[in-house]
Amino acid sequence: MSGADNVVWLGTPAFPQAARTALADTQLRANLRRATGTIRDKRLAVAAELEDWEELRETAAAVKRHTLRHLDHHLLRLEKSVTAAGGVVHWAADAAEANRIVTDLVRDTAESEVVKVKSMATQEIGLNEALAEAGIRAYETDLAELIVQLGRDRPSHILVPAIHRNRSEIREIFRREMGEWGRPAPEGLSDDPRDLAEAARLHLREKFLRAKVAVSGANFAAADTGTVVVVESEGNGRMCLTLPETLITVMGIEKVLPSFADLDVFLQLLPRSSTGERMNPYTSLWTGVTEGDGPQNFHLVLLDNGRTATLADEVGRQALACIRCSACLNVCPVYERTGGHAYGSVYPGPIGAVLTPQLVGIGSDIKSGAASLPFASTLCGACYDACPVKIDIPEVLVHLRAKAVEAGRRGRRLPTVEALAMKAAGAVMSSPRRLAAAQKLAGLGARLVARDGRIGALPGPFAGWSASRDTPVPPRETFRAWWRRTRRPAHADSSATVEGKGRG
Amino acid sequence: MNDRESVLSAVRAALAGVPGSEDPDDIPLPDNPRADHAGPDVIGLFAERAAEYRATVVRVPAAGVAAAVGRALARTGARSLVVPPGFPEDLLPEGPWTRLEDAPPLTVGQLDGADAVVTTVAVAIAVTGTVTLDHGPGQGRRVLTLLPDQHVCVVRADQIVPDVPDALSRLDPCRPLTLISGPSATSDIELDRVEGVHGPRTLDIVLVVDA
Repeated sequence: MSGADNVVWLGTPAFPQAARTALADTQLRANLRRATGTIRDKRLAVAAELEDWEELRETAAAVKRHTLRHLDHHLLRLEKSVTAAGGVVHWAADAAEANRIVTDLVRDTAESEVVKVKSMATQEIGLNEALAEAGIRAYETDLAELIVQLGRDRPSHILVPAIHRNRSEIREIFRREMGEWGRPAPEGLSDDPRDLAEAARLHLREKFLRAKVAVSGANFAAADTGTVVVVESEGNGRMCLTLPETLITVMGIEKVLPSFADLDVFLQLLPRSSTGERMNPYTSLWTGVTEGDGPQNFHLVLLDNGRTATLADEVGRQALACIRCSACLNVCPVYERTGGHAYGSVYPGPIGAVLTPQLVGIGSDIKSGAASLPFASTLCGACYDACPVKIDIPEVLVHLRAKAVEAGRRGRRLPTVEALAMKAAGAVMSSPRRLAAAQKLAGLGARLVARDGRIGALPGPFAGWSASRDTPVPPRETFRAWWRRTRRPAHADSSATVEGKGRG
Repeated sequence: MNDRESVLSAVRAALAGVPGSEDPDDIPLPDNPRADHAGPDVIGLFAERAAEYRATVVRVPAAGVAAAVGRALARTGARSLVVPPGFPEDLLPEGPWTRLEDAPPLTVGQLDGADAVVTTVAVAIAVTGTVTLDHGPGQGRRVLTLLPDQHVCVVRADQIVPDVPDALSRLDPCRPLTLISGPSATSDIELDRVEGVHGPRTLDIVLVVDA
C-alpha cells in the first residue's frame, strides 16, 4: 500500500522560491516575530537558572554520541526489555513498512478510528494519510495539531505546529470545521485563547472517552528497562497513553537511550530548551503493560526511514542526536522570517536543513527540494549555541553544501558559472600580484555601476547575488596600496607613527 | 531479509568505523560534578516553584491535612470525590460530596463526571515544582488523576527531593510514572499560556510539614 512519505512534501518549490512567497506574507511574519521572540526570552531565562547548563549540554551530547556509535547494541537491548515487560516490538525500514505495520495493528482491533499524540515520526511517514486510505480516521489531539488537521494545513514548527496561525484564524477554522469531525464549536466562540482551548477540550473529550486505540511517538526510550517517555503539556498525551486498550508507539531508532538513569540530564534540558519551562506540565513514563492500569496491548514500532543512511555519514550523523526541542528554530533569523512551510518538510528550520536532506538523500540539483535546504542558512551559529545536545548545525550545513555541490558536479558535463567564478577567485587569491590587479580593476569597474556609494543590481550571472542585497563600493585604494604609498622607508624607526591619510 | 535484519545490518554497516574494542555501555562522560540547583530550603523552594506553575500550595501540620483537603474541595464546590484504594482514611475530611471508590473499577463515564480526586504522591521535585505519581496505593490508576477537573494531592515534606535526578533514582522504572507540574496547559495559540486543556484544570498541593 502507498503512504505519502512526508519527510519532503512533494510539489513544494525549492527553499528560495518558497521563502520569497513566505516573506511577502506580513501576517505570517508578524505572528512568527511575536511567537519566537516570546519563547526565546523564556528559554534564556530558564537556561540561565542552571549554572551548569553548559556541562549538562556536554553530558547530553556525550550520551547521544556514544549511543549512536553503538546503536545496534542499544536497540537490541531495548527490544529485549520491552518484550520482557509485555510489549511487542516491530521494525520498519521505511515509511511504507511502518504504515503497513500500524494499519494492520489497528485492523486487528476492528476499530475504525484512533486518537493520536503529537508525533513527528508519524508526521514524517504520513501515517494519517495511510490510515485514511485504509478507512481508519486518525484524530490529532494536540491543540496545535488539531488546528493544523482541521485547517487541512501543514505544521510549520516542531513544537508549535500552528505557530503561523493567529487567534482569529484559529477561531474561523474551529467554527468552520469542528462540526465535520465531531462536536461542533460552541455558539458565539470568541478568539480568546482560553475560549479556543475550551472548545478543543469539549471537542476532544468525547473522542478520548470512546477511543480504543491510540498512536503516539516517543521522546525517549531507555534500553535497560524498556521504559518509554512522552513529554507534553496539555494532557492529551496522558489521555491517549492511558484510556485506550491498545497503544501503538512509532519511534525513530535514534531516540533510544542506554539507561533509565540517562533521563536525568535530558529531562532537565528538554523542557527548558523547548518551551522555556523548568518542567513541562506532564511527563508520562511506561514500561510495557501494567495489569489493571492503562493499555493492555502495547506495540513499539522502531523506524529507520533514512536514519541508518544518516548514521553512515560521520559528520552528518550528529543530526540524529536531535531531541526535537525546537530551540534552533526559535533563534534562527531565517526561520523567523520565512516560517516553517518554506522548508517544504516536516522538519523545518536549522535542524530540518541538516536532517531532511540526509533522511531523503541529498539530490544533485541544489535548486530543488531537499538539496536546497543546506543553503537556507546564514551560518550565523545561533542554532549551535541554543542546541541542548550541541549539534554543530553550521558544521553539518557546510558539509552538506559540499556534498550537494559535489553531487551536482558529477551530474554535469560543463561547469556552472558559479564553479568557474570560484575557480577564477581561487586563482586570483592564490597570488598577491593577481589579487592587487583584480582589486584595482574591481575598484574601477564598481564605480562605473555604483549609485551613491552602493552597487545595486549587477549584470548577468551576478544578478542572483545583487537581487536581495546592495554591495558597498570598494575603496579607491586598497590597504596595501595605501601602505606602500605612505609608509616610511624600511630603515626608519619602527616606533614612529605613520602619517598620511587613507582608507583601509 | 525481514525489516528487523535489514535495519540492524544497515546500522552495523553505518558503524563500521567504530572500533570493536569500544564498550557500548561505558559512555565517556565529561568529568562534571553535579551542581546543586536547589539550595538549602528544599521545602520552601518546592512550594514556591509549584505555585509558580499555577498550583495552589498550602502548608499544614500533620493534624491539619484533612481540613486542608476539605478547604481545597470547598473552594471549587466539588460534589463528587474519587478516592483511590489505599488512600489514608485519616486524611479524608467529611464533606458534602459523594465518595467514589475505584473498586470495582470506575468507568470512564463515572470518572468524567467526577469533580475531584485526592491522592498521595511518590516523590516531589523542588527545583521544578513537580509531583510524581507511581500509581501505587493512595494514588490509584493513571486515569483517576486525569479525568476529574480538580486534583488534590498530599505531599509529605520528607518526599521532597532537590532535583530531577534525585527523583528518578527513587522511582521504580517498572511502574507507570506520571510527572505533574501544575495544571495542564497549552501555549499553542500565539504562545499565550492557557491552563486547563485536557487534564485537571486545578492542582491543589497540600504540603505536610511537621510543626
